[in-house]
Amino acid sequence: MPSPLRLCVRRSPAPDGSAATVVTLRLPSDVACIEEAVELVTRHCLAGHDTSKKTRFRLQVVLSEALSNAIVRGNQEERGKWVHVQAELGPDAIRLMVTDEGKGFNPLAIPEPIRPEQLDEANGRGLYLIRKLVDAVQFNEQGNSICMILRRP
Amino acid sequence: MPTRSFASLRMTTTGREPMGFSQTKDASGVAVVQVEGQLIVGNRQELKELVQAALDAGERRILIDFSRTGYIDSSGLGALVSISKKIREAGGELRLSGLNEDLRSLFELTKLDTLFAIAETPQQALASF
Repeated sequence: MPSPLRLCVRRSPAPDGSAATVVTLRLPSDVACIEEAVELVTRHCLAGHDTSKKTRFRLQVVLSEALSNAIVRGNQEERGKWVHVQAELGPDAIRLMVTDEGKGFNPLAIPEPIRPEQLDEANGRGLYLIRKLVDAVQFNEQGNSICMILRRP
Repeated sequence: MPTRSFASLRMTTTGREPMGFSQTKDASGVAVVQVEGQLIVGNRQELKELVQAALDAGERRILIDFSRTGYIDSSGLGALVSISKKIREAGGELRLSGLNEDLRSLFELTKLDTLFAIAETPQQALASF
């Protein structure tokens, strides 16, 4: 039985004075934390909104995916490094930023994994899935921070 | 369906549904693996080991059922691809079942619906072996 994770989120008004609420979370580079982090952030993102099952599902998958990338590829599962999540919860959209403490990568260098000869590959579908499941994806220049935007239905 | 063996079913710290895998054997001799909760990077290895153990025990007809699954990430999909290869190499057959609309969309987006034999229900999957 894993030990309790003690993840904790902070809710605060957006600094720009907009109607958005900001939720932040910091988690260690341990894949065992992902499910609980997804659950916590999803709960905050959807609180007070009439949300479809599909939106919840998409949010869970892309968060899980981004956290997995940040922990495994970004931070290389180094226990001293953290993953930072910031969710800006606006009335019309959710902006989810996931940032790791790794050196970053070039998202344009990742090939689409749906060619027939690639179907048998075990890896390489994460970013592709994120792009398909959210309304917009942006990266910072370093490539260690992804911003995913989901419009509320 | 008699219970054959259970992998670890763990209750997560926030009291959500258990996450893990259970394995039973159908009356027709098919090994049925149930995915409870999520199939993600944190537990995919457990599923791979469970299926490998079934192959080592001589099972050649394996059904993985997702009727009680929440979501799957790309690592989970990748684990299924690896499992499918292992089963093929051993001369066995794999079926998937119980994918709801959202889960099925992940297979369709990644074109993995063309790689796997997917049945709507476990019963239909069992009948297709």
